[in-house]
Amino acid sequence: MAVMRYREALNAALREELQRDESVMLMGEDIGVFNGAFKVTAGLMEEFGEKRVRDTPISENTIVGMGVGAAMTGLRPVVELMTINFSLLAMDQIVNHAASIRYMFGGQVKVPLVVRMPQGAGHQLGPTHSHSWEALFLHVPGLLVAVPTTAADAKGLLKSAIRDDNPVIFIEHEYLYGQRGEVPDDEDFTVRFGEAAIRREGSDVTIVGISRMALTAARAAETLSEKHGIEAEVIDPRTLRPLDLDTILASVRKTNRCVIVEEGWPHGGVGANLAALISEQAFDDLDAPIQRVTGADVPMPYSKPLEQLAFPHEPQVIDAVLATTKSRY
Amino acid sequence: MADPAEARTPSASLPDPDVARDWLATMTLIRRFEERAGEMYAKAKVGGFLHLAIGEEATIVGSTRALRDQDYLISTYRSHGHTLARGSDPNHVMAELFGRVDGLCKGRGGSMHMFDLDKRFMGGYGIVGGNLPLAAGFALASDYNGLDEATLCQFGDGASNQGTFGETMNLAALWSLPVVFMITNNQFGMGTALERHSAMTDLLRKGEGFGVPGMRCDGMDVQDTYDVTTEALRVAREERKPVLVEALTYRFRGHSMADPEEYRTKEQVDEWRKRDPLAVFGDQLVDAAIMSAEERETLDRETIERIDAAVAFADASPHPAPNELYDDIYVLGEQVRGWYSVDERTSTPHRGEDERGMDENLPGHTEYERAMGHPDAPTPTDDAQRSDD
Ligand SMILES: Cc1ncc(C[n+]2csc(CCOP(=O)(O)OP(=O)(O)O)c2C)c(N)n1
Ligand SMILES: [Mg+2]
Repeated sequence: MAVMRYREALNAALREELQRDESVMLMGEDIGVFNGAFKVTAGLMEEFGEKRVRDTPISENTIVGMGVGAAMTGLRPVVELMTINFSLLAMDQIVNHAASIRYMFGGQVKVPLVVRMPQGAGHQLGPTHSHSWEALFLHVPGLLVAVPTTAADAKGLLKSAIRDDNPVIFIEHEYLYGQRGEVPDDEDFTVRFGEAAIRREGSDVTIVGISRMALTAARAAETLSEKHGIEAEVIDPRTLRPLDLDTILASVRKTNRCVIVEEGWPHGGVGANLAALISEQAFDDLDAPIQRVTGADVPMPYSKPLEQLAFPHEPQVIDAVLATTKSRY
Repeated sequence: MADPAEARTPSASLPDPDVARDWLATMTLIRRFEERAGEMYAKAKVGGFLHLAIGEEATIVGSTRALRDQDYLISTYRSHGHTLARGSDPNHVMAELFGRVDGLCKGRGGSMHMFDLDKRFMGGYGIVGGNLPLAAGFALASDYNGLDEATLCQFGDGASNQGTFGETMNLAALWSLPVVFMITNNQFGMGTALERHSAMTDLLRKGEGFGVPGMRCDGMDVQDTYDVTTEALRVAREERKPVLVEALTYRFRGHSMADPEEYRTKEQVDEWRKRDPLAVFGDQLVDAAIMSAEERETLDRETIERIDAAVAFADASPHPAPNELYDDIYVLGEQVRGWYSVDERTSTPHRGEDERGMDENLPGHTEYERAMGHPDAPTPTDDAQRSDD
């Protein structure tokens, strides 16, 4: 095990996959000479050259589209978008093309493309640079969606994403880039899609945390234990498509209570979807309505205090858990 | 609006007789196929939108014949002709229009989304301008792997106004990619005439600011289109420079089947029909004694019979079975397991592909049966309106 930052774990995954497979190549704005807006690709152009690590012009839709085309004809491109807000400019290539091509052409081709990008609030970047949009991509059949929280998952999931034959939306988090964690040294270490991680075991309530919110949920769980004598089970799904619903359902059947925490907007969010899935399949096991803790239903404000209000923190998670224990259904 | 009378006289030179016959045969195939597709649409054998390329046959055949087998061709929603010219079996193209399992894409794509990997026909795409980045991606892969392949990307005059046009020109030139962009300038984007949609009407010049040189060909002249595309592909392949080719042509039919054509006069259409590429080239071959008038008639009759067979084939091909609905969304494997990966709302998660048992639910599925033309299915109350797009 080595302790490294989330960003370094991603960098290691990219380096190892570039070494392992000649068909892997990287494209993105400022990923080469500048070493990446968040330094995830630091040193890779120097090491692998400009053929395999390419700085692109600011043309999100076309960079992703070229990635799709190159993936259809034998490469394994990994495209970096500077932040998730900019992915909207590439939505046509992601949804109408990457996600649909295999299906609409009757399975004749595959699209082994990875689109990486960070999301998340907390850096006072206002409404065009701070959102959390895993729900937008979760909506689309044909895409896989990963939301790694720890350094180990960042590395293991990215390696799996690059090796997978489907288009993968790989959502990193700006806050998490600097977080440290233990990462297995083994070059063959991967994390499989569709396997949730149980971050903390508990018998009283299930808390599902998405992306950074898995950490917020874990901290809230410690406080709940210390101050309220409530033992929460914390689950990080790690990938949203495919989703390890079995692990979540098994936990809910044990605890009979569920809180879902996400940074994104409430309407049509990951939590809304998951709450529906759980109530469809484990309604009889629930002792209280499922609670959702989400980002505020607003474009992200710049003001520091307002921004802090606009995404979930521990107290909201604790309140939601207490609400599930108080309700008498 | 270009004046058809001002256009040059047909190319003086003709290709080798065998080549000339192949070109005429392929143009005839496309024409007769498109006409029949239109008839099948009127009979409701074909659904959705149907965009015919009648009038554009010389552009299609001249440009695709300039390709080598290993080159990639990519096109738009108006691409039956491109896939046929590339050698796709008319049976499978017609079956795709009919939405049947033997269609090129198993009935998933329809008229707008043809694809034939074996022929390196890399697809028709329904998003105007959406195919340009993909074309640059194919060229990137060819270049990356050091292969001698080139890509030909077809799109319309209307598509030259999309953001992807400028983005892709810039990237292709910046990275020296072996790709030829061909604007099939049929002088309209749906009902909007060229002068009303593009400030720069010399479309061949639209790439210059991005570092992509332009060439123009007479898209009504198969020989000229072939010559110009061949040169453009040579530049792309050997000099590693993308080229933009404008092929000036005209579509004789409406944009799609539901087009009353109020945006142009019958006189204008008639003027252009005098330059009908199939008639002009056929006459040329007869005049040059490459083919007798009887041979030309025989070719036409045999082509029509070929299309008859394609229609019979398509009609006999089954509709996709209900349990194919979820096929080919994902490449299934270790990480992504069958039905479970697609829709978690099953009562028994992890049911495998084989165990889905959807067939058993079929008798109750009246909408599916109605779409299949099942005699006992209830008659539709509100038939979806077909609009023009
Ligand atoms: C992104 C997008 N916008 C609009 C449309 C609707 N549409 C379909 S074809 C077309 C006209 C395109 O004209 P052109 O590029 O000249 O091609 P042509 O139809 O003449 O072959 C339009 C507007 C679409 N399919 N995709
Ligand atoms: Mg047009």
